[in-house]
Amino acid sequence: MNAVFKAHETFRDDFTFRNSPQAIRRFPLPFPDDTYMYSVNIEPHLPGLPGSVTQFAFDVDEHYVAECRERAIVLAAEPLRFQALPHMMSAQWDCLELIMESLARDYPAHFSLKRQGNRWHWINRPLEIEQRFVFGDAATLPRQPLDYITRQAQGDFVVMDQREGDLWTEAGMVTTQADWSLDFDMGMTFKEWHGPVPLAHELQVFDRALKFLLNLRLGKPVRRLNWTMTIHPRLDTSPENYPAWGKDRASVTAQNAGDLVHLRVELQGLWRLPRSNAIVFGIRCYLLSMRELVTVPKWARRVHRVLKNLHPALVDYKGLARYRDVVVEWLAPFDDGTPTTPGTAPE
Amino acid sequence: MTPLIKHFTLAPPGGGNLPAFSGGSHIIVVMRGAGRVHRNPYSLLSAPRELERYEIGVRRMEESRGGSHFMHDTVRVGTRLEIAHPVNLFGLDKIARKHVLIAGGIGITPCLAHLEDLHAGTVPYELHYSVRSPEHAAFLERLQRLAGDLLRLYYDSEGQALDAGTLLTTQPLGTHVYVCGPAGMIKHVIATAKSAGWPDSHIHWEQFSAPPAGDAFEAFLARSKLRVHVPPDRSLLESIEAAGVEVPYLCRGGVCGFCRTRVLELDGELIHNDHFLSDADKARGQSIMPCVSRARCTSLVLDL
Repeated sequence: MNAVFKAHETFRDDFTFRNSPQAIRRFPLPFPDDTYMYSVNIEPHLPGLPGSVTQFAFDVDEHYVAECRERAIVLAAEPLRFQALPHMMSAQWDCLELIMESLARDYPAHFSLKRQGNRWHWINRPLEIEQRFVFGDAATLPRQPLDYITRQAQGDFVVMDQREGDLWTEAGMVTTQADWSLDFDMGMTFKEWHGPVPLAHELQVFDRALKFLLNLRLGKPVRRLNWTMTIHPRLDTSPENYPAWGKDRASVTAQNAGDLVHLRVELQGLWRLPRSNAIVFGIRCYLLSMRELVTVPKWARRVHRVLKNLHPALVDYKGLARYRDVVVEWLAPFDDGTPTTPGTAPE
Repeated sequence: MTPLIKHFTLAPPGGGNLPAFSGGSHIIVVMRGAGRVHRNPYSLLSAPRELERYEIGVRRMEESRGGSHFMHDTVRVGTRLEIAHPVNLFGLDKIARKHVLIAGGIGITPCLAHLEDLHAGTVPYELHYSVRSPEHAAFLERLQRLAGDLLRLYYDSEGQALDAGTLLTTQPLGTHVYVCGPAGMIKHVIATAKSAGWPDSHIHWEQFSAPPAGDAFEAFLARSKLRVHVPPDRSLLESIEAAGVEVPYLCRGGVCGFCRTRVLELDGELIHNDHFLSDADKARGQSIMPCVSRARCTSLVLDL
């Protein structure tokens, strides 16, 4: 996509983030049905339709420049949002290669990568960055490789080492998260990391997901969607900053719900990394206000029904308890009861 | 290379680079012979940073089902072979304090790629390589160049044998052991390590089983509604593929568990040859790894 970058929008303070009509139509709605329950909804990360968020390995959209600036703001205040254990250095280089190669191939107007053996030349035009460096020699980059490249990417990245038949969270860049903390989860195994998720353990979702991921193949990335809701278009809803955003949830009223409440969808991608045999887990966050949502009548009906009938444990876990009823009420006038067509396309 | 081992270099026909990989990885080589397709796993032995080519070593198996003979007798310089992306089921543990590599015969191949990584790093290691006799010591020059004094050689012909007991009781805490070679050697090293108190997580091994031959049998694929005949010298997986049904696989050697298939009905017994299912799973008889396992039965119905 050759979007015009909305370079000055914000995800804090005055919250000027908005989606263009085109961005709304390509929003990855995570509800194929009018009801929702967990499943191991993993599919091959193959190129989707032109213009869709899955057309390329990493989606670069109109919010790219603003999201990179938001990341820099978070990191300036809290440097531990990026962490990497020493044995993850080869995985860091793997990630840098994956992201640079993908962006340069998929968005040649914005990014360029020239490789001559280990001597690499990277250009990022939207952020006005040019860097020559030696691949594999961290001293030739201004920051550690994963830190360097994920400051130029949308979405969070967690890198998991594979050993002892498990996956260990041992590197990452996490600034746009739905109430979880890299600092807290560093060093955890896959199931420890997902410990707080309700119901899914009983459904053996994580047993099956772990088994699947341990066999994830090089060149065969996979993806899934996850979702929650967020008040204001706030990317950084971290436990560390709970005092700054937790109280927002009590401010939702029938009058302001359309503008305050956002559907927060994560496009999660998983890649096996070649040199380290680690796995990188990309968590790309998309935000859509209820007012933007109802511009697509089918989505308004569907989300109204999903929220209305959501399992109480999920309402609680996703942090929706304070305002779910108000949002259902706000959406009700947009649901005349007519059936929704199959799939998530906006009709 | 040796009387039994041949060394192959694989390069992309148009030039350029092959995908990067990590030490310990294997590839599946697809060999399209006359009337028969072989898909065998071979460890990559070349340096993971040199991607213009991959190198593999193939031992001629006495009881070959055709794959290793095809590689030895039919493949020439310029022959086109199809391969899949590398898969690593035998990687080095990245937080190990020390690595002890033990190889027997052709089992040296994954260790060669490991050495390339270890050579550049700071973690101590040692390599123990056991072969029949000096003429069977494949890749010796390369091993000496990479490992130097850290290489210990054992020639059966001269009565030299690795003393696993002493080796595994004199290692510092945090050491990981990796063994690749004949079944007997792997078994012995694992048993010795366990009895010396090594945790399972620090014992690594890889052994690709060639699918053993056996009596012919028939399987019925319930979802595809197909009857499949499995001749003595062909595996269940190969027979299913020949019938046009795809089964997901990674190693084709009974290691990874990817091709695990549900057994819906069985009148007879399963002959489990894999290293993946637990003894309890094998006794239960509800799953089979069609890459290496067979059946002696009058009826076998699979969930495929």
